[in-house]
Amino acid sequence: MSIFEQLTDREHVFEFLAPVQSPVDVRHGPILYLEDVSVSFDGFRAINNLNLTIDDGELRCIIGPNGAGKTTMMDIITGKTRPDTGSVWFGSRHNLLTMNEPDIATLGIGRKFQKPTVFEALTVFANLELAMAADKRIFPTLTAIMKAEYRDRIDEVLELIGLKDLRDRLAGILSHGQKQWLEIGMLLMQKPRLLLVDEPVAGMTEQEMDRTAELLTSLAGKQSVVVVEHDMGFVRSIARQVTVLHQGSVLAEGTMDQVSNDPEVIKVYLGEDA
Amino acid sequence: MWLTRPLQERSTQVFLGVLFAALVVVSALHLFMPEDSALYVSSYTVTLLGKYLCYALLAVAVDLVWGYLGILSLGHGAFFALGGYAMGMYLMRQIGDRGTYGDPILPDFMVFLNWQELPWYWHGFDMAWFAFIMVLLAPGLLALVFGFLAFRSRVTGVYLSIITQALTFALMLAFFRNEMGFGGNNGLTDFKDILGFDLRTDATRLGLFIATGIALAVGYVICRGIVTSKLGRVSVACRDAEARTRFLGYRVERVQLFVFVVSAMLAGVAGALYVPQVGIINPSEFSPLFSIEIVVWVALGGRATLYGAVIGAILVNYAKTVFTGIMPDAWLFALGGLFVLVTVFLPKGIAGLLQKRRKAETTEPTPAQEATA
Repeated sequence: MSIFEQLTDREHVFEFLAPVQSPVDVRHGPILYLEDVSVSFDGFRAINNLNLTIDDGELRCIIGPNGAGKTTMMDIITGKTRPDTGSVWFGSRHNLLTMNEPDIATLGIGRKFQKPTVFEALTVFANLELAMAADKRIFPTLTAIMKAEYRDRIDEVLELIGLKDLRDRLAGILSHGQKQWLEIGMLLMQKPRLLLVDEPVAGMTEQEMDRTAELLTSLAGKQSVVVVEHDMGFVRSIARQVTVLHQGSVLAEGTMDQVSNDPEVIKVYLGEDA
Repeated sequence: MWLTRPLQERSTQVFLGVLFAALVVVSALHLFMPEDSALYVSSYTVTLLGKYLCYALLAVAVDLVWGYLGILSLGHGAFFALGGYAMGMYLMRQIGDRGTYGDPILPDFMVFLNWQELPWYWHGFDMAWFAFIMVLLAPGLLALVFGFLAFRSRVTGVYLSIITQALTFALMLAFFRNEMGFGGNNGLTDFKDILGFDLRTDATRLGLFIATGIALAVGYVICRGIVTSKLGRVSVACRDAEARTRFLGYRVERVQLFVFVVSAMLAGVAGALYVPQVGIINPSEFSPLFSIEIVVWVALGGRATLYGAVIGAILVNYAKTVFTGIMPDAWLFALGGLFVLVTVFLPKGIAGLLQKRRKAETTEPTPAQEATA
């Protein structure tokens, strides 16, 4: 439509007036869609023509050697890094490349960092309270009141991540594994559509790993979950679909068995372990 | 309501109780004791205590941004001085034709500089309400513009501290210039009266002291209200893990900007109450050293407690009064030494000592309990 037509059309909704916070549209397929994404830092191509689609409710594992671009990919999805070329869509309606970090977070993409980052000076309860989906502008936050339904929701998540007994303790005293769970809990409080989880079991004990695997698989279905992980045993225990990244692009995709039998994959990655 | 929440809190009740008791006792001793009694509080002491309370309010403002937001401002003296100048301009206009040159409109220093008419930015300051709004607006606006630029570019940590230091230094140089129209080197002084009350009478001085005490109480409750609200917890979150807070969907730069502006306004109020009590405002209040001193008060008293800042400000300034009376040259060494000692042996300041004692008896209330209370 030309500018003139737009101006004369009484029903026309201009792009800048259209509501941005419209719900994520997944009727036409995937919840996350990356096409031909490339980004380079000082000449180094961290991501190289990456194509990736994640379906709604899927649990996807992404593996790859160091420097394969896994973390950079998460940075691009969450708006921390802008790619040089390519497009990133959330559902079929939201172009993530035009949005900033808080907007993307509000839209429903939660991210767990590699290193557990919880607010150590606040209680476990307050950590979840801050993460809760709510109006996050200044004055609503200043005047926010803890309603019973919020408390129930927080208690529900506390139950799920197994930190109920520690709700009033400072998050700083939690063990490494507990911090990881708390952080996953914080993501759940945001009611995300898509969870990005970066190396959830690094530094965990066997029992903690099992507990984490249980937690993540229980989330899939309600949310889409993308897990970036190094630990092959862990990936094998949770993954249905695995994507192998190498030098910034997808090397192979499929079930764990398919992928681990792929000669290319064995050469660049699994070969080290075999 | 976020403003009434602190009133139900034990620490705030104790703080307000002690503050009001001090106000009442000092006023009573000043008014009803005979002048030759050992318990008599002279008018000089009342003004001195009023000055300490101004510093205490300033320290609370700094603690709000440093303790709870992690922004070490080394330029809060600038906001204090701006509030002071706004009040000073009002007091200058109140002099009227009682100045040395007897000009009904122009302050003395303008007549001295052969200025023919009042600069545009001096208009309106003959009205108290306008001046009092400017006390909040001038520091608030500076903080808004400065903070907007700094936080938007994600300048934090030591870089921000250096820029705030540069800010106050630049303002000091600017205000030193006669052409600025703020009295240059000499600043603004020779005040006669405020709101119609003669500044040299004991009653006015006592009134200013009580007004400062009330301002401190209100400022404390506002700060406490902010830090016990969800926004306060978001501030702490910004302080400790900025990126995480951003990914939770909070606009970190707006949180920082809001708290920074509130803090600057409180500093401005402290400055405005300071000026009529000391009787002068000049560019030395902008000096970087003063801003650093404020940070030392807060560090001594204990960061992120608010009442610690009050204790620190009063104790250090009392020590300063005593010390500069006995050995004026040694004061800076004493201050530096004190700072080193506290950093090494009392990393949480004086408030840390109090907390350690209290922690044995009670546990910190959780946000959930606070909210239901």
